[in-house]
Amino acid sequence: MRVKALETILTEKGLIDPAALDEIIDTYENRIGPRNGAHVVARAWADPAFRAALLEDATAVVSELGYYGRQGEHMVAVENTDDVHNMVVCTLCSCYPWPLLGIPPGWYKSDAYRARAVREPRKVLADFGVTLPEDTAVRVWDSTAELRYLVIPKRPAGTEGLDEAALMDLVTRDSMIGTGLAITP
Amino acid sequence: MSRVHDMGGRFGDGPVVPEPETEVFHADWHPRALAVTLACGSLGQWNIDTSRHARERLSPKDYAAFSYYEKWTAALADMLVDKGVLTSEELASGHAAGPSSLATRKLASDAVAGVLARGGPADRPAQTDVHFAVGDEVRTRRHAHNAFVDGGHTRLPDYAAGAVGRIVRMHGHHVLPDAAAHGLGEQPEPLYGVAFPASELWARPEHPRDEVLLDLWQSYLEPAT
Repeated sequence: MRVKALETILTEKGLIDPAALDEIIDTYENRIGPRNGAHVVARAWADPAFRAALLEDATAVVSELGYYGRQGEHMVAVENTDDVHNMVVCTLCSCYPWPLLGIPPGWYKSDAYRARAVREPRKVLADFGVTLPEDTAVRVWDSTAELRYLVIPKRPAGTEGLDEAALMDLVTRDSMIGTGLAITP
Repeated sequence: MSRVHDMGGRFGDGPVVPEPETEVFHADWHPRALAVTLACGSLGQWNIDTSRHARERLSPKDYAAFSYYEKWTAALADMLVDKGVLTSEELASGHAAGPSSLATRKLASDAVAGVLARGGPADRPAQTDVHFAVGDEVRTRRHAHNAFVDGGHTRLPDYAAGAVGRIVRMHGHHVLPDAAAHGLGEQPEPLYGVAFPASELWARPEHPRDEVLLDLWQSYLEPAT
């Protein structure tokens, strides 16, 4: 495997430390993932002042929760409503908000998603089993700069009594990219 | 004009295949490829725009055939050789010919958390006039091209070239990738969120109120009227 050969040469030259590689992998396999984003969304659903602050300056708000970092230096939160459904793509590569959602899923990096999300978002949503009401408009955010987008999905009906931890369980990764909806309990 | 990575709007790619949230990597070597690439970033020989450009300039045949992490690994090897960090002989033999003078910059395992947490912000102090305001109508460059280097890196996708949109957000000044990818300095410019009606971009938009939004640098834009 080519990467193994590269790792060997770079280690022999003193340029990489295999223990540092293990540390990087552990970070993205076990510590940083979509539960971070779900925490932010659940709090936005539960706390109107937090929601308002998040929509105003997402970078500052998620930083306070410890979710600042590589590929999340400039965050914007966009909110789904009855009127507008937001969806995020990076047509030119695969930019994605790592500190909030982790490493992007395979489909997010696929040619099919990168090619189609901007031109036929509803047909892409159909691949995920999602159908929007006819009068809902779609806004597709193509991540062409270092801004990274987090979708705040609509809070499902019948969740009024749930606390933040219970709400978090309803927030899927795909709902924060805009290719899914939050789970209705 | 467009290059192989610039695939927004393309026809013929087939379905998008969802996958479970628990699936982070799809092969044992994928996390290794990610980690080697990130660790090499600490050597300070390139920036994020250089590395995007390195992936984009893989041959169209390779770009289309390679998986995501194969692109990363191939681009990393190209950059390491281009910058003189490794020689092509070392790559071919699979072993180092000798130690590197860059070894003092090696990313230590106890530094990883700090490096990942600090990230690499792209905003910069204002250096040029801000030409547009929220609500302004703007037209993008007619061709999605790099103004400094023929065939060079740019972040204006071909599907949004020559299109009229409206400014919806101001992001401050950001490093200009068209310059930074080619060793021409950061040349920070105002960066704007621009909304385009789907009907401006596509022959058959799905819905009359749909929009596509892009973040675009000032030099990509001119007043629409």
